[in-house]
Amino acid sequence: MYSFEIESPTSVADAVAALGQEEAQALGGGQTLIPSLKARLASPAVLVSLKNIDEIKGVSSDGGTVTIGGGTTHATVAEEVADSYPALSALAGNIGDPAVRNRGTIGGSLANNDPSACYPAAALASGATIVTNTREIAADDYFQGMFTTALEEGEIITSVRLPVPEKAAYVKFEQPASRFALVGVFVAKFADGVRVAVTGASEEGVFRWTEAEEALSGNFSADALSGLSVPADGMIGDLHGSGEYRAHLVAVLTKRAVAAAG
Amino acid sequence: MTKVTMTVNGKAVSKEVSGNTLMTEFLRDELRLTGTHVGCDTSQCGACVIHVDGKSVKACTMFAAEAQGAAVTTIEGMANADGSLSVIQQAFQDHHGLQCGFCTPGMVMTAATLLKENPTPSEHEIRDYLEGNICRCTGYHNIVKAIMAASGQDVSGIAAE
Amino acid sequence: MPKDHGIGAAQKRREDVRFLTGAGRYTDDISAYGQTYCVFLRSDVAHGTINSIDTSDAEAMPGVVRIFTGKDFEGIGGLPCGWQVTDKHGEPMKEPGHPVLAQGKVRHVGDPFAAVVADSLEEARNAAEAIVYDIEELPAVVDMKAALAEGATKVHDDLSDNLCYDWHLGSDQAAIDEAFANAAHVTTLELINNRLVANPMEPRVALGEYNRANDESTLYTTSQNPHVIRLLMGAFVLGIPEHKLRVVAPDVGGGFGTKIFHYAEEAFVTFASRQINRPVKWTSTRSEAFMSDAHGRDHVTKIELALDADNNFIGLRTDTLANMGAYLSTFSSSVPTWLHGTLMAGNYKTPAIQVNVRAVFTNTVPVDAYRGAGRPEATFQLERLVDKAARELGVDPIALRRQNFIESFPYATPVAVEYDTGDYVATMDKLEEMIDRPGFEARRKESEAKGKLRGLGINCYIEACGIAPSNLVGQLGARAGLYDAATVRVNATGSISVMVGAHSHGQGHETAFPQVVAEMLGIDESMIDIVHGDSSKIPFGMGTYGSRSLAVCGSAMVRATEKIINKAKKIAGHLLEASDADIELKDGKFTVAGTDKSVAWGDVTLAAYVPHNYPLEDIEPGLEETAFYDPSNFTYPSGAYACEVEVDPETGRVTIESFAAADDFGNVVNPMIVEGQVHGGIGQGIGQALLESCIYDENGQLLSASYMDYAMPRAEDVPFYKVDHSCVTPCTHNPLGVKGCGEAGAIGSPPAVVNAVIDALASGGFNVEHIDMPVSPHRVWKAMQG
Repeated sequence: MYSFEIESPTSVADAVAALGQEEAQALGGGQTLIPSLKARLASPAVLVSLKNIDEIKGVSSDGGTVTIGGGTTHATVAEEVADSYPALSALAGNIGDPAVRNRGTIGGSLANNDPSACYPAAALASGATIVTNTREIAADDYFQGMFTTALEEGEIITSVRLPVPEKAAYVKFEQPASRFALVGVFVAKFADGVRVAVTGASEEGVFRWTEAEEALSGNFSADALSGLSVPADGMIGDLHGSGEYRAHLVAVLTKRAVAAAG
Repeated sequence: MTKVTMTVNGKAVSKEVSGNTLMTEFLRDELRLTGTHVGCDTSQCGACVIHVDGKSVKACTMFAAEAQGAAVTTIEGMANADGSLSVIQQAFQDHHGLQCGFCTPGMVMTAATLLKENPTPSEHEIRDYLEGNICRCTGYHNIVKAIMAASGQDVSGIAAE
Repeated sequence: MPKDHGIGAAQKRREDVRFLTGAGRYTDDISAYGQTYCVFLRSDVAHGTINSIDTSDAEAMPGVVRIFTGKDFEGIGGLPCGWQVTDKHGEPMKEPGHPVLAQGKVRHVGDPFAAVVADSLEEARNAAEAIVYDIEELPAVVDMKAALAEGATKVHDDLSDNLCYDWHLGSDQAAIDEAFANAAHVTTLELINNRLVANPMEPRVALGEYNRANDESTLYTTSQNPHVIRLLMGAFVLGIPEHKLRVVAPDVGGGFGTKIFHYAEEAFVTFASRQINRPVKWTSTRSEAFMSDAHGRDHVTKIELALDADNNFIGLRTDTLANMGAYLSTFSSSVPTWLHGTLMAGNYKTPAIQVNVRAVFTNTVPVDAYRGAGRPEATFQLERLVDKAARELGVDPIALRRQNFIESFPYATPVAVEYDTGDYVATMDKLEEMIDRPGFEARRKESEAKGKLRGLGINCYIEACGIAPSNLVGQLGARAGLYDAATVRVNATGSISVMVGAHSHGQGHETAFPQVVAEMLGIDESMIDIVHGDSSKIPFGMGTYGSRSLAVCGSAMVRATEKIINKAKKIAGHLLEASDADIELKDGKFTVAGTDKSVAWGDVTLAAYVPHNYPLEDIEPGLEETAFYDPSNFTYPSGAYACEVEVDPETGRVTIESFAAADDFGNVVNPMIVEGQVHGGIGQGIGQALLESCIYDENGQLLSASYMDYAMPRAEDVPFYKVDHSCVTPCTHNPLGVKGCGEAGAIGSPPAVVNAVIDALASGGFNVEHIDMPVSPHRVWKAMQG
């Protein structure tokens, strides 16, 4: 690692101020950032740890919406939304491994927007609102491609508001080495329609499969998807699967997610 | 440099660290607690798992400065007060749950938090919980068996004909 | 009642206490006073000409002690290869130089061409980044067939081409031609044995320390064989005589073959510590390990089996390309030849066998022995082929195997070895008992009800272990003897230290070896300690690999203990005023046969060191004996394995539902440890079959360069394994009757897994002949698409 200092502010305001310094970078749970620092892929002068900011931690549930502080760990999310949003709880409880879930945060995951991460699928399928220190961003506007989001420099995710669907499920097919999603599909059925978000598969990062959404909005059953497929063009092809294979998995996993959602 | 104060295995520790000092480096190089091992650089192998405020954490993916005020436990702090092996450690010995010993500290630390959260885990739950701990020697058979035994379950029939 | 003590007791491991409490002492846990840290600058291209390396800016950076490049190693030896293979024309293999730091050219991604030594690791890394170099990228050869093509880029300019050797073994051409001409059926299979990375969980570490006062160097290193490293590095690389060089391999976190070899980093830290007169330490990162640890396997094979009209095997021929990588690692040349070709008979009495192997240089990391080394490659080809033959002929795969089993021993194969003993029928019978074969159809139906395809795969294996008879391997090209050694030092009060050449890095020698000595002497194991891993303490033994520790080093220990007993009886005879021929040793007591006159073990040992009443005119005082043991043959563990899988036809994902192994290891000293070795081997075999693959792109870039892309087996990928070692045909030529068990699981398991997948697919109507390993979801899905 290159050398840097760590600051640990206790309020969002102080964190924002700290991030205003030259070459400052936010440190959430560090589960992605620290390995990349070890590989010397980043060289911040200051890391601003968000760990000690209590106002961005915790989960609350109210009137069909769960609100999760950006600094809340995956383990806490899994525990706290088990009753209010079981599909999200299951997703959070299956990210990485137990030690990673004790450090990694929802805000960190969404800010990074790894194309194989799980949370982006939940946020997009739920029609979540990403709340930052300066504004609120609809999930549909937030995700802008692999590792790219609407966040501005120095902007901090303070919370995420997720409307709770009537029915939902996330099905992940793991990449055999990293155990990240080779493909993951989150299906969420709301009173006014169905949203389907796919992670892991596309070169553009998480995306909504609108064709499936339309089919499922009329008939929420796996059968409604028969014959539907996503084009292999634009799908990631790598050591672990071709674009064709990922496109195939999108269809299979969407059916399974619908079946699991019940 | 930042001053950090924490307890490690029940003892108060206070040291100056630089921002980029990882918890693994702090434990191994500063405190000479070399039981916490480093087996990879991508946060996957789990040889470095420690407990921070009672929760399992990969020490290679946490800065020492982030442990300010924390209660840290490492493998060196896991034996009984009289120095005898704890129930989990003893089960690993009884059931041959280790060979080269390199992944073992992380396995024991992870097993400890598993059994705290889930006192009688099923085979499937154990295997799932060990997602972040890689062992190259045992084929996991005796690790899973040892953890089941440590939870008080009867393991005599495992893989019997 | 199971035994508590001695041979056959499932004693708990004494080494576990230190490992379970964080008190193990691995190489990286050792720091020397005034230690410096070393970082290697490694090639990021697969092939290139080093035009210039400018270290001047880097040298001026804080903390830098010295920077080395290939120039510093001019006139110093290169890393040697320990085995000279002679090709089929009688010519020696091509043997290119392998400098410690690259000179003139880099030949694989990860090839080190400079090294920084600095006061701290961070300073060393900073300075390494400041080195300015100009390496002109050249075309690289990665694929073996392309490397052998006319006009291919040469990995080594001073060689005529990329062919290291063209070797063959076995029956003459006429016999093979006749077998295939007479065949009623010929089954042919082309397959790849996937390139693997051994991945012991402890990355390699080397710490060199120089003592100017006595001109002595000490190397602490993560090695399976400290004496071999001392010999190779001292005699061939650095020119340091043995008495001025000490090599210590303390607790080592797994080896699996990849820590046998002498590596550049070991020579570098030893050399550099002498140059700067300070200790120099190098600790590999995992990412660095992927491009600097020797890789394993990587064979491409065409194999053909000729059967007569009654389904008897009458001929077998193979044509294999074996990847050597860019340089010849320590034992690389022996793996595709003498550790692979000699096993091609398998468990079958095929009368005519011919093995052809061409070893090829490519711009990749050197390839060498990985758990099983050559034998998994042999087993995989043969057992996939036999399964395919059974499928083509519509016969039961177990019946076809049974029909062709070797049943009388000793058996001389057409491929240069003689199996001393075995009982392949017995292990297959045992396996069938273990797997409830009659219940398989019902299980298959249950799987089908869940939308899954279920398959059962079976295979046999034979391996040659207990490496190796020195005179035989010498004729075959080995540049070392492969005996081992043990010194039994009985102390005055009767406690014993046994210094052994074998090295334990997970195998539990500290527990199992005392069980043997305790059994022989009739004393408690707690009186006996094993000393290993330090060339200054142990006799010149060759270390641990090839399932050899107990069969070879254990035999040396038996011989040394026999010498102890003989001498102790003489002392006891003197004390008891009887002829030593009449002295019996039982339960730690020396008794005059047929009398109640006896003297205790401790009285005899004390007399040896306090020789007041002692036959000094006949024998020397003291009680310490050394024995070297050179085996007269290999040992031949064998067995039968079975795997049941489920395939998800929608995703191609394979899950292992059950795995059973029936092994014949000869006699067993500690069954708990033996079973653990089999579990671990099976885990690695399943890893090879389903998950692991080291992949280069066409430019020689390593794509699977970390655990993000190299799939290691995890707990949820494997089931509990059923293992059995109750079929025992003791080895006929070593004193313990033991055969070795360390590699069996890794050798025996991959074909069972792949055979099961093919069987599962067939049950779903998918006529898939073969899928190369790893049988990943993507590959299975692709195969199902036709």
